[in-house]
Parts: sequence; structure tokens; C-alpha cells
Amino acid sequence: MSMDRRKFLKITGLSLAGLTIQPAFRLFSKPEQKRWAMVINLNACSKKDGCRDCIDACHRLHNVPDLANPKDEVKWIWNAPFERVFGGQGYTTLNEVLKNRSVLVLCNHCENPPCVKVCPTKATWKREDGIVMMDYHRCIGCRYCMAACPYGARSFNWKDPRPSINEINMDFPTRMKGVVEKCNFCEERLAKNLLPACVEACKEKGLIFGDLNATDSDVRKILKSKFSILRKPHLGTEPKVYYIL
Amino acid sequence: MHDTVKVITGITIFLILILFPLWYNGLTGKAAYVPELKVPVTEKQCVESTPYMKTRHMELLDKWKEVAVRQGVRTYVAKDGKIHTIGLTGTCIKCHSDKEGFCDKCHNYAGVKPHCWDCHNYPRVTAK
Ligand code: SF4
Ligand code: SF4
Repeated sequence: MSMDRRKFLKITGLSLAGLTIQPAFRLFSKPEQKRWAMVINLNACSKKDGCRDCIDACHRLHNVPDLANPKDEVKWIWNAPFERVFGGQGYTTLNEVLKNRSVLVLCNHCENPPCVKVCPTKATWKREDGIVMMDYHRCIGCRYCMAACPYGARSFNWKDPRPSINEINMDFPTRMKGVVEKCNFCEERLAKNLLPACVEACKEKGLIFGDLNATDSDVRKILKSKFSILRKPHLGTEPKVYYIL
Repeated sequence: MHDTVKVITGITIFLILILFPLWYNGLTGKAAYVPELKVPVTEKQCVESTPYMKTRHMELLDKWKEVAVRQGVRTYVAKDGKIHTIGLTGTCIKCHSDKEGFCDKCHNYAGVKPHCWDCHNYPRVTAK
């Protein structure tokens, strides 16, 4: 193939002009998509032993039933032993204080949520802002999502939850027997520019919430200054709940 | 044939029996029964016009649940330009607070059993 000087310059010029497309596109497209994330600072969290402020705030707001039998239990956010949360991740030689701690857990709103992949009705899906949502209208109770979630973040309603809710919050629906439920990152509060209820309820400021895409957000700032770990990062789910030990 | 009378009598009795619901309801005036609904007094007009709401409220609610949960759209612009917050308890039940006297009455009459109330709250639930 032969190419004269003129043709070569033309093609080069065109290729260079192509480079301007992306910046121009970005200039006219909508602002950066939000990517909600949470940081749990265990140093702050474990200050007051036995504190349940965040859990109570969430469960009260979202009409999560209080079922005594652990087999029927429904939970959106709860405390679990360190071993159960980070076990099998090579932290066996960690100091005793840490190992005996209980760790706050909730749905990780994974970037690659396995629960979403298996749902046959699209009752659970990932929103554009990264929140892994539940549409209780569509849930058929097959519990595939519960089997797929590596973090046990989901609960099933074996019974009608209503009789076990102490005081029903009229502004949030309850669930019914036969559906799966979990944390929704308080999407109904985010829509009103409010922080999640658990974050707001924590007096120790142990929970930090914000937009991962915004460089000046609280989560970005703390993640930049402190070392954080994730739950089961080797699975590739990319959790958006970070832990500072 | 000699059985004409018997056959005709038989057919007549059969027709009377099978058409029982029609003539019974007609004679007793039950066919004309329309459930009397307890309409709220606080507002004159629902989200859309009454005839629209009467026949198509289920379609509207179906659309509401779809856009609110799946697209995060929380407001609805009515045909008259008014903006309403999407929500069964917060918006519908705010005015139609007597669910038994309004929703249930018509649903029972029409023989439909919507599942809305399995999860969505209405005043009776809190009162227990
Ligand atoms: S933590 Fe579990 S339920 Fe939450 S998004 Fe990840 S896989 Fe799904
Ligand atoms: S983010 Fe909201 S729904 Fe999730 S655990 Fe916290 S309070 Fe509960």
C-alpha cells in the first residue's frame, strides 16, 4: 500500500480531530452520576458497648419487625462477630481487641451485585446511583437473591410482619409474608436530600455517607486519609460499605 | 306426540330456575343496588376527574407504583396541572381516610381483592 504525503496528513488531522469528541461530549452530557457509599469507622462505633442507636433508627423508620425467634428474624442492619464478618480473609493474626469486636453490617450495595443477577423477576436491580433496590411489588419470594448474596444481607418474611412491629411508621409501607427485604440505603431519604437514618442516628459519627464520585465528599475524604477494608473483596462484588479498623 | 305439555312445563321450570338470579334481583330491587361510598369532604376534586378515577384509578396507581419505585419519580402532574406527591398512604389515604367506607365497599361489591393493603398502611393498622 502506498500513501502520499497529502493523504497521510489528512488522515492524521482527522484522527486528531477525533480526540476532541470525548471532551465535547462530556461538556454537554449530564453531570457525573452519583455513587453512594458508606464508611463504617469501627474505632468510633465500638466506643459505647451495646449501642443500638443506628439499628433502632433504621428498623423503626422502615417498619422492620422484631421477631424473637432467630429463624424468623428480619434485619436491615445489625451487629455480627468480627469472625463472622471478616472470617476467612486472612485476618487471623489480628490483635485480640479487634477480633473480639462486633461489627456493624448491612447490605453492601455491591457494584456487581450477585443478588441482582439471579432475580428472575427483576424485583431487585441496581439503580444508576448504585443503590441495589427492591421492588416488593414484584418479589415472588423465590429467595434466589438470598442464596446469591455472599454477605447474608437479606431477610425473608416467613410470617406476616405486621403483628411484630411495635409501632408502625405510616410513612413507610410494611412488607408481607413471602417477600425478601433488606437495606435500601435510605433511598427515600436521599430523595429528600437527607442522610440515611442510621448515619444520622450515630452520635459517635461512626457512620459516614456520601458520593464516591464527588472528590470533596465526606466518604472520599475519609477514605483518602485512612486505611479501609472491604468484606470478601476477592469475590469481585465490589462492596460500597467500607470499614476502618 | 303426547308429551308436549310435559316437555313445555319442564322447559319453563328449567328456565325459571336458571334465570333465578335475574328475576330475583329484579323483583327485590337488588339489581339497582349501588354501593354508597363515603367520599371525603376535605377536597372537592381527586387527583383526576371523578369519572376518570372511577374507571381508571387502578391504572393510575399501577403507573404510580412503577414510576415511584423503579424510576424514583415522586411527583405526578395531573391533567389540570396540579402537582401531587406519589403515595398511596400519603396522598390517597390522606383524604380517603375511611378505607372501609370507600375502597372496601366498592371492591367488595365488585368482587375484587387488591393486595395493596398487605403492605401499604391505612389508619386502622396503626390503631390495631
Ligand atoms: S450485599 Fe448482598 S444483597 Fe446487598 S447488593 Fe451485595 S449481594 Fe446484593
Ligand atoms: S442506610 Fe438506611 S436502610 Fe440502610 S441500614 Fe442505614 S438506615 Fe437502614
